[in-house]
Parts: sequence; structure tokens; C-alpha cells
Amino acid sequence: MTELKERHEITLTVNGETVTRTVEARQHLVDFLRNELQLTGSHLGCEHGVCGACTVRLDGEIVRGCLTLAVQADGAAVETIEGVTETGEIADLQETFVERNALQCGFCTPGMLLTAAELLNAGKPATRAEIRTHLSGNYCRCTGYHAIVDAIETTNNKRLGTK
Amino acid sequence: MADTGNEIIFEQSGSYVGRTLSRPGARRSVMGRGRYTDDIQVARTLHAAFLRSPYAHARILNIDTTAAAAMPGVTRIVTGRELAEHVEPWHGILSSFVGMKSAIQHAMAVDRACWQGEPVAIVVAETRALAEDAVELIEVQWEELTPVVDKETALDAGSPVIHPEMGDNLALRQDIDNGDVDAAFAAADHIIEDSFEFGRHTAVSLESRILVADFDPSTERLTIHTSSQVPHMIKTVFAKLLRMPEHNVRIIAPDVGGSFGLKIHTFGDEVATAALSMILKRPVKFIADRLESFVSDIHAREHRVRGRLALNKDGDILAADIDDLTGVGPYSAYPRTSVFEAVQVINITGGPYKHKNYRAKATVVYLNKVPMSQYRAVGHPIGITVFESLLDQAAVVTGLDPVDIRRRNFMPDDGYPAVTPAGLPANDLSHEACLESLIKRMDYDGLRREQAELREKGIYRGIGLAAFIKGTAPSPVGYYGAGRAPIAAQDATTVSLEPSGAVLCLVGVTEQGQGADTVMAQIAATAIGVPIENVRVISGDTDAVPYGGGTYASRATGIGGEATFQAGRALRAEILRIAGVLLQSEPSTLEVFGGNVVDAANHANIRVTLAEIGRIGHFQLGELPNDVQPELSQTRHFRVKDVPYIYTNGIHGAYVELDPETGFLKLLKHWIVEDCGRVINPNLADEQVRGGAVQGLGGALFEHCIYDDNGQMINATMADYLTPMAGDMPDIDVAHIQTPTSASELGAKGVGESGVGGAPAAVLNAVNDAMMPFQRHITAQPITPQSILKALGKI
Repeated sequence: MTELKERHEITLTVNGETVTRTVEARQHLVDFLRNELQLTGSHLGCEHGVCGACTVRLDGEIVRGCLTLAVQADGAAVETIEGVTETGEIADLQETFVERNALQCGFCTPGMLLTAAELLNAGKPATRAEIRTHLSGNYCRCTGYHAIVDAIETTNNKRLGTK
Repeated sequence: MADTGNEIIFEQSGSYVGRTLSRPGARRSVMGRGRYTDDIQVARTLHAAFLRSPYAHARILNIDTTAAAAMPGVTRIVTGRELAEHVEPWHGILSSFVGMKSAIQHAMAVDRACWQGEPVAIVVAETRALAEDAVELIEVQWEELTPVVDKETALDAGSPVIHPEMGDNLALRQDIDNGDVDAAFAAADHIIEDSFEFGRHTAVSLESRILVADFDPSTERLTIHTSSQVPHMIKTVFAKLLRMPEHNVRIIAPDVGGSFGLKIHTFGDEVATAALSMILKRPVKFIADRLESFVSDIHAREHRVRGRLALNKDGDILAADIDDLTGVGPYSAYPRTSVFEAVQVINITGGPYKHKNYRAKATVVYLNKVPMSQYRAVGHPIGITVFESLLDQAAVVTGLDPVDIRRRNFMPDDGYPAVTPAGLPANDLSHEACLESLIKRMDYDGLRREQAELREKGIYRGIGLAAFIKGTAPSPVGYYGAGRAPIAAQDATTVSLEPSGAVLCLVGVTEQGQGADTVMAQIAATAIGVPIENVRVISGDTDAVPYGGGTYASRATGIGGEATFQAGRALRAEILRIAGVLLQSEPSTLEVFGGNVVDAANHANIRVTLAEIGRIGHFQLGELPNDVQPELSQTRHFRVKDVPYIYTNGIHGAYVELDPETGFLKLLKHWIVEDCGRVINPNLADEQVRGGAVQGLGGALFEHCIYDDNGQMINATMADYLTPMAGDMPDIDVAHIQTPTSASELGAKGVGESGVGGAPAAVLNAVNDAMMPFQRHITAQPITPQSILKALGKI
């Protein structure tokens, strides 16, 4: 157990700001973001990589914040829902989620949005079935997914100028 | 449509009722600004972790905490036996269930653990990780006992008895026997008979159970931040169990990350956490991790039902007879009991139909598995599946189309008020209108043609229908009130005119993302006559809002909505009274519209603004005569009277494709038409139905708490307990027939559970329709590729 509690200094960029902290080797990235930096927009749903509530970006790629250790993010650039909200990158998607009521309890929503952003950033047309497949690693117990698919489809079509 | 006398209010131009408006809470969530219990930081918080029983049934011979307690960072370890000195045990029975038995339950096991996952000891430490490290160092000497795991044999003479003082493992037997069932079966042309199995489910709310209990010894106040649907009930229950004056307990439910009935129960680990806060005089936080959620959250839906239908040759139902057996866990849940689900099964089975001869038996037995209790649409998926599946079999035997046999047997829409086969009063239902709307939206005949054409090509598609009734908005004359449970069936709202002319609206019902706060704002704004932007709704804090039942059994809009409507109308009347004095006009010639007092005749001339009324009513009272005291806060309570529930109804349609080679199932589309009375916010109502439907489909196809012979749940992870994901689910078409309930002026019934109840039956009927050419059928859920291949004789 001693090695798990070993502490390491890490320096990384979180939402554009450089932070340096000393963390336990065993601390997950999402616990680090939530507990050390108070970035509580990323959530913990299962802590074994199934539900997607902890989805964040690590060097531009979405990862499970519960399967990534904080020490693995040393030297990396991390983006969370708070960061992409600030940059306005997915403002259109966020607005469409609200209008379409594509969330209820909202616990899955930050992870869902970051996963959807990956699809939108591909800049390609996507069918409803493709959108559903893309979201299949993100669990939502409230909506039944239909409204989420609607919101992503609408945003993607708008961005591509097809509707 | 019933005339409630309020059509004019709901349809005037300033009305927000019936309009789709977005939720302010949704905007917070999308920006990562949701505030759930785990996001709240209370200074000096300690963290709890639990040692849980690894056995389904075992005696605790000794617990050695020496090594764990010596770990740096560990504050306190308390065993179940030690905790029992600080916490009252509970007894999950209600007197309304005559003859019901349960054993007394402690917050943590005292000398014997009765399910795998039962809390045995609590460790409180500086961090959760340290607390978990310490749990691993606790040494328990166990003596394994034989667990009772099979409900079919739990009452056999040779079965071990979980609680010897009870004599046997029986919780409750409940019977219904209406009409002359035996004579009807004797006279029947056709008798359909089958047996149905339903696997256990659990809620899997994405945010697991959590609380931060904060006892302040200086004022002896206990504040608990927790993810709850029922803050007032938790306050009353925790005060009793922790021997606290009730008014010294405050419950705050911030954003709730899903609940679905899970978060209306008393959980021993939560009570223990609060007790440790009182013992240590420090805030203590406990959050169930996902693995322990599977073995400590409420389970539901494990039933075996045998059913029989008697019909004449024309396809008229003459009688129904069902026998439900359920195994609920070692204790009955508190304070709602664990027998409610079986009681609901026999209450609602065959509810939409007009047969009078109905016999039903419910048997509830105790098992050494995780306690079962209430989960969204309590019992309904079971009863609906049994009856609707038998009815489809009856359609085949009598040569009727599934649509026609339902048309033939429905209680007609103009036949209400009526009593259901179970003898419960029901009113304002619309089975015929829902069915006709559904088959049009589905293009039922077109789907049948497509199905026949594709079958020629070796493609097997199936269409399934399932009609239902759903009990919503329970009254105090139902089980809780009659059974003396500390559960409020009424609810209350306070609306206040602020000095600015804005309105504060304090509601007893709670928000879980379903949109209760938004719906209450729409109702309040409409009832008073103010722009909705000027209404702020507060919920989820027992120090702020009037005592209420919270959100369960689809009651928020039906009950809380009516309380809000009545409070709003009372505030409007008071505003008009004050305006009348100021303007020296008859109040009846005035109206509140758009945030102003206007001439009632044309709603146009602004006579005085609400900001002016607010200013005078709060600050410049000298402008009013001494005998005029403005009462700019109005509270109204509402309960459903006389009948146990406001029943709703609806019908589902499922279209599936089955691959007989692999057993794989594709859900092509799903349709629902339901009647929740007056719809306040169409988009929110639709999404309640859609989300519920997927929860029902998950239960029908994937979800299953699987136990081995030793009472071990063997798939207690999210990787192994399969929940519906986006790629598995179809698009869902939703429509509403609106028959306002005559139980309230608002006319709204519940909508939150209509999706869950009917979906499993519709998909089962669709699967069996697809298998019709093979003359095989399925009666067990979850329906898996394996069970399909087995039914087809391929494995």
C-alpha cells in the first residue's frame, strides 16, 4: 500500500492554466480535478470505466477520468466541461441540449457533451444510428437518449449547413 | 374533456400551462455548474467507508478492529453492535397490510448478517481512500449459515428460517376475489394459462446514494445534505432513529443525480453516517461507490406470476386469475415496506379492462438477498406484462387481432367513473382514444403488411401492444395513511409577492431533473398572472419549504401542482383586494395580468404594477387604511381525497426484428400514447415518458441482478449488470390524450412512470409476435439472445 500512497509532484495545464500539485500515486485524474482543483463539473458514476460520467480531454482526446491516474497527466493539457464552456467551443451544442431538454438530472451531461463534441469536431454528416453508436460509452438513466440524439443531430446539421 | 371551470385561465394569452419552456437547471448542468451533494464542501469533513458482509447469511463471532484503528488518519471505527446503542432499530411494517411480518432491522448487522452487502462496521477517516484502507484491515470471524435464496422453496417445511422468531419466511399474503371466478372459468370457451418470470433489477442512478451529515453540538442541530426525493420524510425518520427533536434536523437536497424511487428509502449506511457525525461532532460524508451500490441499493421486480384468463368464443374476457410470488430480501424496507410491489401487481393487473371476475393472490417471502422495495412504476411492469401477454395469447386462440381483442374488452372511455377489476375506483381514463391514436401514429395496418412481406423473405419482425393503468398521486386514504406511515400524501406550496413585484414559490415537492421546479413556476405564473421570469421556485430544503411528501409515485405535478395553483390563486385574490383598496375599485373589475393589475374587461389598461403593490405592501403600509393588512404570502395544501390514486392510462406499441439464427433483437421503433390529464409542459412530459420507456426496455432486455446458490450477486458491476445504452435503444414516438382529472382544478395527473410500466410488456409481445411462425413463445424477462435461442429450440 505504501507505493500507492507515494506522492509525486505533477505539473499540467488544466483549461489553459498551469497547475502544480503533489498527488498520491493512486489518485484518479477525475478525483484530482474535483478534489484538488474544485472542478466539480466532471462526475464519478462507476469508477470502473463503464458509465462515461468522468469523461475529460487529455491532450485533445477524450479519456475516462476514472481510469486515468493524475500522475499520468503530468505534462499534459487537460480540458473539462468548465474549460470548454469558457472557450465557447460547444456553446451551440449546450444551447441545443437546453432547448431540446436533452438532459434531466444532468449528472451524465458534461461527459455526454465532451463525447458529442468529438463527433461534431469530425465535421462529417452522421446518421442517428452513428450518433447512437458514438454515445454508447456514456450511460444516461434519465432521458432514454432520444432527445440527446436529437440535440447532437441538430447541432451537427447546423454546423455542416445541411439544415 | 372534463370542464374544470379553469379552461379560461389555462388558455388565456398569459398562460404558461401547456407550453414548452426550458429548465433553468438544465442550463447549469450543461455548463458544468450542477451542484450535487458531492460538490458541497463542508469544513472539517471526515469520510466514511463500510465493511460489508461478504456472505448472504452468516453469524458474526468476533470483529477485531485493532489494526485498522491504529492506522494513521483513522478517526473512529464503530461496529454494528456498538452503533445499536446510538440508533433506534426499525420495523418495516404497515398496519394497513393485515398480517404482515418483518424482523426488526438495525442500521448495521449486530450479530448476524442477512445479505451480502449488509453493513457490518463503519470506518471514519481523513479521506475516503484511508477509510477504505482501514476497512481492509478489520478482521471478522464469521460462521456461515445456510442462506434462503429461492422464493419457490422459502416457505417449504424444510427451509431454513431467516428470522426464527417469525416462525417462517412469510412477509405477507394478500388476496383479491371479486365476482365469481370459478363459475366464469367453468363457463369459458377458452382458458389461457401461463407462468412468467421476472428478474431482479436495481435503479442504477448515475449519482449513487450520498450524504454529508453535519452535527453542530453548539446548537444540537443536525444538517444533512443528501441526494433525496423525500427530504421531509428523511427528516422525520432520521430524527426518530437518531433520537433527535425533529425540528433540530434539517435536510437539504441539492441537485439530485437520478433517483427513480431508490432515494425514498431508509438505508442503514446513511443512518450510521449521521450517527457518526453526532458521535464525533464533525461532518461525515458517505458516498456509495458503484460496487457497493449494487449490494446496498434497493432491488426490485423479482417475481414469478402464474396467470389464467377465461374467455368466451367471441374473445370477451370472462375472468382473470393470477398468483404472484416475490422474494424481497431479509427485511422489509422502512417506512414504505417491501410488500408494496406485490400489492401493486395484483391491484393493476388487467386494469384497463371491464371484466368483473378477478382473483389474485400475492405471496411475499423473505430471502437472503439485497432488500427489495420500490422502484419506478412499482409493480406495474410485472402486472402489465402478465395480463397483456395472456391477452395476446387469447387473441391467437380466438382469431382476433391484438388491436381488436383490446378494443372489445376495454372499459369504454365513457364508462368512467368505474371500478377496476381489482375493485379500485378509477375515473377520467381514455383507453379507446389512446389505442386509436396509437394505431394511427404507428400506421399499424402498414406495419402488419410490411411484417407479412418481410416474413416471406425470411425476416422476422414483431409488433407488440400493451395497455395499462398507472396509479399516480396517492392519497392519504391509501396504504401509507391507513398504515400510519410517516409519509406525507399531501403537499403544500407557499407563494409570496416580494417588494420588487417578483414571486417566490416554495414547494414541498422536489426536483430530480424531471422539471418539477419549472412546472411549478409555470403553474404559479399562470395562477397569479405574472411573467414566469419573475417567479423563483425553491425546493429541497426542509428549513425553507412547507412540509411535504416530496416526489414519489408520480405525484409532483398532480399534488404539488394543485397546491401551487391554489396558492397562486389565493395570492392573486389578495393582490386584487389590495389593488381594489388603492384604486378604490371593485376587485372583481380588476385582473392580474402580465405582472400588472389591469382592467378585467380588456386586460389592457395597467392600473397598478405588482412592484407598486409589493412596495406598498412591504414598505409604505401607511398608504393603506389601518384595517387593511396585506397578506402577500399564501400557503395552500392539497391532497387527493376519497380515492387511493389518480389513475392514468396509456398504451405502448413496439416494433422489433428478431434474428432466429443468433437470437439478436433489434428494437426498430417504439410508440406511446398516454393520458396524464392536463399537460403543463409538453416537452418535459414527453421526455419523462421516453426516459421511463428506456428504463422499462432495459429491464425487459438486459438488466438482471443474478444470484448464485449461495446468495452472492455475481454481476455486481456496471460492466456485468447491463443497462440500456444509446446504441441499443430505438427512437420513441410519444403523444398525449388529455383527460383532466376531476380530482383537482389543475387537472394534471402523474406522467413519470407511464413509460416504464408498459414498455416491457410491449416488447415481450413484439418478440412473441416475431416468433409466431415458429409457434414458440417466451414468458421470462430479461429476454436475452440465449433465451430466444432456447425458446426456438436452437440451444
